[in-house]
Amino acid sequence: MSVADFAFYCFAAVTVASGLFVVLARNPVHSVLWLILAFLSSAGLFVLLGAEFVAMLLVIVYVGAVAVLFLFVVMMLDVDFTELKARMAAYFPIAALIGAVFLAQLVMVFGVWQSSDGAALLRGAPTPDPAEMHNTRALGNLLYDQYIHLFQAAGLILLVAMIGAIVLTLRHRTDVKRQDVLAQMYRDPAKAMELKDVKPGQGL
Amino acid sequence: MISADLSVVLPEIALAVYAMVALLAAVYTAKDKAAPILIWTTSAVFFALAVWLGMSAGETRSGFGGAIVDDTFARFAKVVILVSAGAVLLMSTEHLRRSRALMFEFPILITLAVVGMMLMVSAADLMTLYMGLELQSLALYVVAAMRRDSLKSTEAGLKYFVLGALSSGLLLYGASLIYGYSGTTLFAGILSTIEGGEMPLGLLIGLVFLITGLAFKVSAVPFHMWTPDVYEGAPTPVTAFFATAPKMAAIALFARVLHEAFGTVPGDWGQVIAVLSLLSMALGAVAAIGQRNIKRLMAYSSIAHMGYALMGLAAGTQLGVQAMLVYMAIYITMSVGTFAFILSMHKDGQPVTDIRSLNMFASREPAKALAMLVLLFSLAGVPPLVGFFGKFYVVRAAVDAGLVWLAVAGVIASVVGAFYYLRIVFFMYFGEEGEARLDGAMPPVLWGFLMVSAFAMVAGVINLFGVEGLALSAAQTLVN
Repeated sequence: MSVADFAFYCFAAVTVASGLFVVLARNPVHSVLWLILAFLSSAGLFVLLGAEFVAMLLVIVYVGAVAVLFLFVVMMLDVDFTELKARMAAYFPIAALIGAVFLAQLVMVFGVWQSSDGAALLRGAPTPDPAEMHNTRALGNLLYDQYIHLFQAAGLILLVAMIGAIVLTLRHRTDVKRQDVLAQMYRDPAKAMELKDVKPGQGL
Repeated sequence: MISADLSVVLPEIALAVYAMVALLAAVYTAKDKAAPILIWTTSAVFFALAVWLGMSAGETRSGFGGAIVDDTFARFAKVVILVSAGAVLLMSTEHLRRSRALMFEFPILITLAVVGMMLMVSAADLMTLYMGLELQSLALYVVAAMRRDSLKSTEAGLKYFVLGALSSGLLLYGASLIYGYSGTTLFAGILSTIEGGEMPLGLLIGLVFLITGLAFKVSAVPFHMWTPDVYEGAPTPVTAFFATAPKMAAIALFARVLHEAFGTVPGDWGQVIAVLSLLSMALGAVAAIGQRNIKRLMAYSSIAHMGYALMGLAAGTQLGVQAMLVYMAIYITMSVGTFAFILSMHKDGQPVTDIRSLNMFASREPAKALAMLVLLFSLAGVPPLVGFFGKFYVVRAAVDAGLVWLAVAGVIASVVGAFYYLRIVFFMYFGEEGEARLDGAMPPVLWGFLMVSAFAMVAGVINLFGVEGLALSAAQTLVN
């Protein structure tokens, strides 16, 4: 067994085990921590495949941003998970039935799996040979060259989301006091304060 | 290469750049006070682009590796979308001002939605299709919920968003299955993998999911449940918009996917579309009978009309696509006129939607009542008017394709559906006497659109303003 094989089995076992613990852990915070471990070990798997860009992306985006956001949400929201689980038990039989039917259907579809000869050829086409092209570059080629119009369209969608969020939530309230930084900075201490000499027993 | 690609999407780029410039200009200057001016300039830009596209030569160009095409079919749909969106924008100013919902973001969101629609009708790739659809839908969810002070508007936006997200999910699932079984997202590539009219089962399942997702967007039964609530809850100008441009975009996209990606196996999808069409016509005709709210009534009316348009698509022939395009052009013209009337229905500054408020409207406002009568008769498909020719076209396409049962069902549904259109006419001309429940005043823009639309329904009988010929050349590029 080479070192790469050994590393693969280690990462794979850790990924599967931590994935299992995400579901099994009683405390949701522990679930998120197991999830981070699953992300990290799958990043290791990507490195073994030679896709180091995707591996770094997984660490930076998923571990660095998404998982931390999950952690915040889980810790901020006071959700009673035991109560949720109790209600889930009531729906379990029907959910299991639907799941079983769906699974049976998928198996039946898989049984007659056939795709035309052209399909396999077409599927392989967009992937360049890893020896010839660095995978970061290949991704860049797809994203910023071949599919530039989709990239720009995605930008427009995000713009719509931004405008929408502002339209639906921004309220111009006139009945609240706002902080005016310039006014604060240019305040003259001499005018803002007045020293008074209060005589004992007289008051102001 | 890139400049040739960009020239294919030049109108879309122009519109997107306009939207961003307008957004910045409005944010840094007068904000909401700039809304009326922005609405006028946006409409002017729409009309100018429509003229530009209408004048462009008839050759087919494609760019971005074949993912976006610009052909006569796309241009026909784009002109209809731009003109109807521009018309609805012009009509909306007065109503929005009265309900104090005149925001400068409204014309900008509509512009971005129109960019999405133009991408949709030009899409020749599953990914372009999805991006266009999402750009359009996301902007529409926001404008549906635009009136934050109204519970119904918020409900409409949320309902539309949740069901729209579900339909997008179904569509994506279908698209990924299609990609998996055909190995490509390009429509032409998908067609090339279906050899000899033999389709793998996985591809068929993917196609059914794709049709389901698109049926949500055109509000065909049984995926129509969002329509009445959203039409009722959204501000009326937004409802008018929903009934026009997005419908054209979605059905044009529908036609392109079916014919360009699955054109060699019309037997596989024709029956699905035929059932959607039959159910839409039936439900649209029956469910509207009990409605008293004119916006809900128009929602069911639009469901029925989309059923007729789908009938043309179900035929799976060139004549069918032509009939569908003619039908949509006529339906959208009628809708613009009808909504011009609905937008003017108000009493003491409050919008009125109850159809009983139209009692004896004809004795007070004979000209407007006559125009509305013509439009309603045309919507019902009463013979001398243009609406009849639209129905005649799709029925002929269905009969030619051997779908006699569907054509018969369509005629029966049309007779049943005529009842609720005629009831409005009855209220206007023979209703109970009583004090006026509507103010007579009507802004000149609305009056103009109402009269032009009604006049078109009568004058179009001569040659349908040449729409037939344009629709024919559009259908020829799609089906050959």
